[in-house]
Amino acid sequence: MWGLDFSSVDWNEIGVATLDTLKMLGASAVFTFILGLPIGILLFMASRSTTGWVRAVYAVISFIVNILRSVPFIILIVALIPVTKAIVGVTFGVLGTIPPLVIAAAPFFARLVETSLREVDRGVIEAAHSMGASTWQVITRVLLPEARPGLLAGITITVVTLVSYTAMSGMVGGGGLGDLAIRYGYYRYETTVMIISVIFMIVLVQLLQMAGDRLVRHFTRK
Amino acid sequence: MIELKQLTKRYGQGAKATEALSGLDLSIHKGEIFGVIGHSGAGKSTLIRCMNLLERPTSGEVWVGGVNLTGLSKQRLQNERRKIGMIFQHFNLLSSATVYDNIAFPLRLARKGKAEVEAKVNELIALVGLEDHRNKYPAQLSGGQKQRVGIARALASDPQVLLCDEATSALDPQTTDSILKLLLDINQRFNLTIVLITHEMHVIQSICDRVAVIHQGGIVEEGAVTDVFLKPQHPVTKDFVRGEQSQGEPLELAAQASGTGSAQAVKITFLGSKTYESILSRTVRETGADFAILQGTISTIKDTPYGQLIVRFEGGRDQIDATLAKLSEQGLDVEVMN
Repeated sequence: MWGLDFSSVDWNEIGVATLDTLKMLGASAVFTFILGLPIGILLFMASRSTTGWVRAVYAVISFIVNILRSVPFIILIVALIPVTKAIVGVTFGVLGTIPPLVIAAAPFFARLVETSLREVDRGVIEAAHSMGASTWQVITRVLLPEARPGLLAGITITVVTLVSYTAMSGMVGGGGLGDLAIRYGYYRYETTVMIISVIFMIVLVQLLQMAGDRLVRHFTRK
Repeated sequence: MIELKQLTKRYGQGAKATEALSGLDLSIHKGEIFGVIGHSGAGKSTLIRCMNLLERPTSGEVWVGGVNLTGLSKQRLQNERRKIGMIFQHFNLLSSATVYDNIAFPLRLARKGKAEVEAKVNELIALVGLEDHRNKYPAQLSGGQKQRVGIARALASDPQVLLCDEATSALDPQTTDSILKLLLDINQRFNLTIVLITHEMHVIQSICDRVAVIHQGGIVEEGAVTDVFLKPQHPVTKDFVRGEQSQGEPLELAAQASGTGSAQAVKITFLGSKTYESILSRTVRETGADFAILQGTISTIKDTPYGQLIVRFEGGRDQIDATLAKLSEQGLDVEVMN
């Protein structure tokens, strides 16, 4: 079909690559969430403050986030090699890809968190203050529940972005479907494997987006 | 109950600073419904938000229930705020929580036990009449129902004071009246002090005991609603009162006598049970003067009936003078108009 020869395809290899992609995706999504959510909350809270030193903290964090977001991922992977080595001990394979993925995606997710928290009605936050809520209670009982649909949409966008990041990490031997596509398609001109890999990634993104949309709809009360 | 001392609130700094409140003093008694009326931009919203320090005054003191809020630590202030309920123009409910969870919110903030929360919330849902809507989300409710949730939520922590920030301004007239009735009911049942700010004289007239008129960051007139409403002194107050009675000035022509003899236009104010007595007809029968009603209102201020008539008396000069004297003798307020 279309000049593609499926007989020579090593399905076992594709299976392993798919599993690797899912592993990278799962682990980096979890750490991105753990790291990005507090940074996003911090950005939001600091941006509302009128106190001088808090504004300074905001400016610094905001600047770092912007830097990490402007460096192309492929360069970030290389630049972060010492950091990756320090954290997980290796700089290649599934494990070696996770730290750069998290460091690239967490600032991105933090911005999405900040934006969705801004969407929360100020009046509701004020009402909570008027009822004697502490800052922590405002975050956990007002901001996060009220912003839940926005946060879920943010997680979906971030995970989809991570799919394309994992593919890029194939360039440096990161493993997974992207790696497979590049090795076969780009270096060896074996388009069949490349196309299968890409189709798998498309399906993966579609499934993630559908699941995300469904969750957002489920939690939207407006 | 609430004492504001030399309250000043300035926004901005230097030349661009604007003063929302300038050295305002106010005293609100326990158990009363106190209204603050003012045009938009008069500082009324800032005023009520200063009462629980949602807005921190630039200088001055805020005393609620014998505690100086302005002097408290953050932690103590959070505890004191639990004794001050507040409802808002736009309700400010959690859109992600049901009616039940919204009302339970302040109780959960105060870390009350599950059984206690449930008992209290059920009681409040019944109080505001939302038994059929307990599991609905705010988006599924009407404006009036949302404000009922707001009221129930504000009452959950058994406050000493309820602050109402334009609580009925987003509601239609019928819904406004039902919410006002609920507030009055709560005030009487729990002897709860209620402070409300509004730009509608109707709201003040319906449920308030005392009123303050705020203009350009200061109180220009203050007193019992009957006094302020029937005898407004300040131009701003007169504006509001006229707006509520929605009457133009009587035609100048109407003040002229229709036949021969003298004529005199007078504004007569009845208050309390006198409103429904036949004082006017009895008096003119005795003095022999005639009268025509040029303009009039008979209504109630909270539960006090009042009437205000502009009447043209006709007849001999002495007949008219005798009529006016007799009316005053019987405790009516008679004001000769030119």
